[in-house]
Amino acid sequence: MTYAPYDPADGPRVALKILIAGGFGVGKTTMVGSVSEIRPLRTEEVLTDAGIGVDDINGVEAKNTTTVAMDFGRITFPDGIALYLFGTPGQQRFWFMWDELCYGAVGAVVLADTRRLTASFAAIDYFERRKTPFVVAVNCFDGGRRYGMDDIRSALDVDPDVPVILCDVRQRESAKKVLISLVEHAIKVGGP
Amino acid sequence: MDDDSRREQWLDEAAGPIVRPYAVTRGRTRPRGEKLDLVTILVATGRIASDRLAPEQRRLLTLCRRPCTLADLASELDLPLGVVQVLLGELHHNGLVEVRVPDLPAEQPDRRLLMRVLNDLRAL
Repeated sequence: MTYAPYDPADGPRVALKILIAGGFGVGKTTMVGSVSEIRPLRTEEVLTDAGIGVDDINGVEAKNTTTVAMDFGRITFPDGIALYLFGTPGQQRFWFMWDELCYGAVGAVVLADTRRLTASFAAIDYFERRKTPFVVAVNCFDGGRRYGMDDIRSALDVDPDVPVILCDVRQRESAKKVLISLVEHAIKVGGP
Repeated sequence: MDDDSRREQWLDEAAGPIVRPYAVTRGRTRPRGEKLDLVTILVATGRIASDRLAPEQRRLLTLCRRPCTLADLASELDLPLGVVQVLLGELHHNGLVEVRVPDLPAEQPDRRLLMRVLNDLRAL
């Protein structure tokens, strides 16, 4: 693909999506913020029975939609390619958003926390089923016990070709490495 | 308390919009035509609107003088994504905005584009 010299005032030439998924509080927003300029986005959620028993919705029974805030970040490269990072709300009831986010996406980063690995299972299942390229990035929190990579891999039960990487998403370089490994993986599984 | 300060209380940020989303979209809940993707790049065509536009649509047109993605526009307007999709869908239908880069037809961006992103990321 050949590009003529690019002027940022022309706006993005091509825009691509990467999803940042994972359980609540695992560091999705931190990761988006450490590599890109973060912006808020409001979406509407249709409340269904799935929320009952999980969230306290007492007093809002008459309300059938609610606004959900979601963050995204944008990295604009000097050649006019813009990369959009969408931190996806983790709970299953937000999955109506995921299909839209996944369509045409480069792939996904599943952020995991060794203290709560199970919180990332749903996301892993989802991307496996959809055949969306993904990597698992294990965010090493302070105080989180350090496990060996083999232990983490076997606990996650992902295919051997899915990259599993340790990271500290507060660090820009570390977050960048995660994105690089995702794009490398997407190229590899994408075929010729 | 005078009238002005009472009004200000209503308009604080935490209160959110006073006008319901469906009022902004004039009752429309689904976008016209194909649904625009979050990263669809839109640009104003420069054509003059024949109908009266909602203030939000006028703002969208102003923002679209420079190509913008749907995600950028929704964030800029601070309106729910679904609302902005409807408003833009109407502008698109009426030929006031156009899609700059066609939606990627494939489920996945092509290899050459990915290689380019990879190099861009490494150089970041």
